[in-house]
Amino acid sequence: MNGVAPVYAPSPRGALGALGVLATVIRRDLLLALRRKSEVLTSLFFFVIVVSLFPLGIGPEMALLRTIAPGVLWVAALLAAMLSLNRLFASDYADGTLEQMVLSPAPLGLLVIGKIMAHWLVSGLPLVLIAPVLGLQYDLAPRPLAVLILSLLIGTPLLSLIGAIGASLTLGVRGGGVLLSLLTLPLYIPALIFGAGAVEADISGLGAAGHLSLLAGLLALAGFFAPWATTAGLRIALE
Amino acid sequence: MFTANNLACVRGDRHLFAGLGFMLEPSGRLHVTGENGSGKTSLLRILCGLSLPETGEICWQGESIARIGDEYHKNVLYLGHHNALKEELTALENLRITAALADIAMEDKQGAELLGRVGLAGREKLQVRFLSQGQKRRVALSRLLWSSAPLWVLDEPFVALDTVAVTWLAGIIGKHLSAGGMAVLTSHQEVAIDGGIAQTLRIAS
Repeated sequence: MNGVAPVYAPSPRGALGALGVLATVIRRDLLLALRRKSEVLTSLFFFVIVVSLFPLGIGPEMALLRTIAPGVLWVAALLAAMLSLNRLFASDYADGTLEQMVLSPAPLGLLVIGKIMAHWLVSGLPLVLIAPVLGLQYDLAPRPLAVLILSLLIGTPLLSLIGAIGASLTLGVRGGGVLLSLLTLPLYIPALIFGAGAVEADISGLGAAGHLSLLAGLLALAGFFAPWATTAGLRIALE
Repeated sequence: MFTANNLACVRGDRHLFAGLGFMLEPSGRLHVTGENGSGKTSLLRILCGLSLPETGEICWQGESIARIGDEYHKNVLYLGHHNALKEELTALENLRITAALADIAMEDKQGAELLGRVGLAGREKLQVRFLSQGQKRRVALSRLLWSSAPLWVLDEPFVALDTVAVTWLAGIIGKHLSAGGMAVLTSHQEVAIDGGIAQTLRIAS
């Protein structure tokens, strides 16, 4: 059965296809982020402030600052990513849009990928872009700084992917915010080790390629499994 | 043909209903009635595949909906208590996104025309949060106009609408049924819908 004639059909109507649906979801979430600027800026400012507090607290010891820079920037990036995670599905869940997404003929996994990509564009990419400026506070040389940016560029999408699993599992749970941190932060540890490790390896002359490849490998793995796990989590949340 | 056999639903410790079944032919409509909390919304969510029944099976054209999955979703339109609208987006943007999720490319002109038909002409570019409850409902209901899904599952579709809109909506459902569609709906209001073969299912608590 191909369906009944619509009561009133606007013509001409065309199909969008999978890529069209994906683009629509991304554009929708970016548009929403644009209309709720405060939410986007909160995690960015959080990142900037946390990173800037350390030099103030520790004092102008350049050697020490250079050593802790990768770790501080990475930990701050993890926490900033956490901050925006509980909003990933919460508003769609509250206003019923998520139900309609589950009922859409388009695969839910595709819509989830779109939402994760939009989340990275809104909350991950700005961190990567502002990191060079913050790195200067820590007296990082251009080369380690470039490695740090590269590690964040590979690592922040990984944070969005892993975080989406946690966000879907804690959806609709009371006190979900705390639970989300407890669930997600341990899963972020590999990203932190290889991300911050890449910069240290480069400084010590070992070369960052190994760490960065492992980070990219994790990203590929998460890119494959995370949307699938998130989809399962969302279906359970809507039961 | 849409059939449900021996459905049971359990929420927490409460058994909402058991042994529930019906059969819906093209042009058929099913009114689900029952007191508050008797499980009407739970039943409707089960029927469109959002949640799983404790026991029983739902079949679309003789095939179990658990098996055909997304293929079944092409045939269903679900309108729940929530309007599924984004408050920060305009009515037109919401409409285009809803259409896109149903894999339909809708142009601004068509969207504006549709919104005109639900009585929102001139408010297309207004963010949804500035609309009244009834106007939001109308934006959500505009989906009924372009959907080609044969099965409509409507949870309290008449809520928040004024009398003119209630009559209009009853007419739309009637047209859908005359065209060979099916509808499952709950309503606390008595609304006369012309066309189609009516059945009533009462969930006793």
